Amino acid sequence: MDILRFITAGSVDDGKSTLIGRLLYDSKSIMIDQLEALEKQSKNKEEGEIDLALLTDGLRSEREQGITIDVAYKYFTTPKRKFIIADAPGHIQYTRNMVTGASNANLIIILVDARNGVVEQTKRHSLIASLLQIKHVVVAINKMDLVDYSKEVYDKIAADYANVATSLGLNEVMYIPISALNGDNIVERSEVFPWYQGPALLDLLETIEVNADVNLTNARFPVQYVIRPQSAELHDYRGYAGKIVSGIYKVGDKIKVLPSGLESEITAIEVSGKNVEEAFAPQGAIIHLKDDIDISRGDILVQQNETVNLSNEITADVCWMGQLPLQTGSRYMLQLNSRLVKAVVKEVEYRLNVNTLEQEAAPEKILLNDVVRLKLKTASPLPYDAYNTLKVNGGAILIDETSHVTVGACMLQ
Amino acid sequence: MNNTLENTKIDRSKYSLDYLDALEAESIHIFREVAGQFERPALLFSGGKDSIVLVHLALRAFRPGKFPFPLVHIDTGHNFPEALTFRDNLAAKIDEKLIVRKVEDTIREKRLTEQRGKFASRNALQTYTLLDTIEEFKFDACIGGARRDEEKARAKERVFSVRDEFGQWDPKLQRPELWNTYNGRIAKGENVRVFPISNWTELDVWNYIRRHNIELPEIYFAHDREVLEWEGQLVATSEFIQIDPTDKISVKKVRYRTVGDMTCTAAVESKAATLDDIIAEIIKTKTSERGETRIDDRVSEAAMEDRKKTGYF
Repeated sequence: MDILRFITAGSVDDGKSTLIGRLLYDSKSIMIDQLEALEKQSKNKEEGEIDLALLTDGLRSEREQGITIDVAYKYFTTPKRKFIIADAPGHIQYTRNMVTGASNANLIIILVDARNGVVEQTKRHSLIASLLQIKHVVVAINKMDLVDYSKEVYDKIAADYANVATSLGLNEVMYIPISALNGDNIVERSEVFPWYQGPALLDLLETIEVNADVNLTNARFPVQYVIRPQSAELHDYRGYAGKIVSGIYKVGDKIKVLPSGLESEITAIEVSGKNVEEAFAPQGAIIHLKDDIDISRGDILVQQNETVNLSNEITADVCWMGQLPLQTGSRYMLQLNSRLVKAVVKEVEYRLNVNTLEQEAAPEKILLNDVVRLKLKTASPLPYDAYNTLKVNGGAILIDETSHVTVGACMLQ
Repeated sequence: MNNTLENTKIDRSKYSLDYLDALEAESIHIFREVAGQFERPALLFSGGKDSIVLVHLALRAFRPGKFPFPLVHIDTGHNFPEALTFRDNLAAKIDEKLIVRKVEDTIREKRLTEQRGKFASRNALQTYTLLDTIEEFKFDACIGGARRDEEKARAKERVFSVRDEFGQWDPKLQRPELWNTYNGRIAKGENVRVFPISNWTELDVWNYIRRHNIELPEIYFAHDREVLEWEGQLVATSEFIQIDPTDKISVKKVRYRTVGDMTCTAAVESKAATLDDIIAEIIKTKTSERGETRIDDRVSEAAMEDRKKTGYF
């Protein structure tokens, strides 16, 4: 059994929360006391239906306003998989929250209201999927009950979406007609769609292959912490603790340390307290080297034949998340895995219109939720990979130097 | 980038993690981020199963080194004696520092008013002791065993959750938390609550305990106990609750699904004597963990959110 992390995109009006509620409810992940609490709150009690959307809105203000503001994480398990849902808001003013939820997702479900088809919001959500490099896209065409389960409507929307997907470079797109409210095609295939031959949504979520998305070829090991017991019996013990974000490390591997370029050889690897011959992503490990060289938190260990970008001038697609605008010349801290460096914004190349997907001239001030292409200069060379080729070593955050708040999500180029 | 090896040539079945190993790897990464980013962290240890799992994960993250933090227990004075014994034994066995601070002392020093009533709880008062302890030791990060599946306000909380000088959580001003990159930078006086098992469910915790044969206090397993029946819940009789002549008291075979204070934790009737039995029961149960066993969450729809905003875990 493995884990699938997915995000649902769409607004309340698209039935996003209802869909999640339905998945939890039909997979029997909702407990009686939670249902009772739900029944108490449900506004449409007279219809005898409970409002499944209330399950996912966790904060008082969200329940009051009937909208999702922040990402909520929900969990359910079937005999085949453990699922982690990032339930993210769909409104444009919460783009940053959606980016947050999308950053860890293997898969995105984009909800489309069958009555409205592909709209601006669909494009924005797809852009985020493309920016964050979510490999698997499921377009769930919802509210099919309101368009008489029409195949023509479904086909038209799927064809329209295919154009969006192509323009964004989204390769793996799957389409499902559903009615979240009635539970059609959610857990089991529904006979209301005799023309649809594909799997139900849950079946798809249970079987989609995500293990292959882990890069096992280009190994990256950012050092988090150096373990040195300095006790009498372990006087010479020096282990580099970290997480293998990609690839495989074996005892005997010739490695180099970045950014210093110092070279050595792996003499031992420990995983969860045991010595192993090899370890792989996404395991945590303690790596021991032959030579006593200077290595500290923020350095990364890679195979000697690997090429990693090492530069202090970096181009990045950035989703701006700060309350204060970003201005050219501003200084920030940039954090990539365990490495923290000072960075200054040299230039804003353009802003991406998240609705039309067009590049626009850079405005003077970059505001909350803007997506821009930036040129950054860091105080010291940063070892990184392009997000599009190895996202685990290409996604960085910008931190405000004085408030310490995370203000930007950077996809390094 | 070097691509001499093709991904397709690697036998992937050899290199995949099952869900418990993946969760463990994620948690160990979080522990090491705390060690790497903070100067004075602490691990809040209650003697409950979640914090016992935290200790187990910390052993895996840092051994053969010492923990880069002490274990800290905020003792309400209403604990199950079994949990306290377990706490002391565990700290001694792993040879790590244990700091205990008592709510009793805070009540006396700060002249706090205790709750009254049948199940008068110190749940709210422990926040004072926690904040004082953070102040006393200048802790900049406190690691806790909260999980997002427990409760819907928790479902919204970050892994690194920044609290202001008063320990308050502002759900509307949470830092975006992207990928597995945790921003632990804070101003003086602020601190961060860190939740390494955020993405674990109750069942994941139990399955992990079973897989690694992790020792637990005996009250998690079925035993005979004198209990009082109250609104469908079973509360252990103790000197901490007010027992009235009309109360229905009996001895039942029970176990605890969560272990908090004796005043606000209810037992469940059960014959489950082994981890296998317990897991079988949890899979079948129709009630959530907190709903079944926590008297303190029933107060209002937003009880947890409100407590968190004022500095609670």
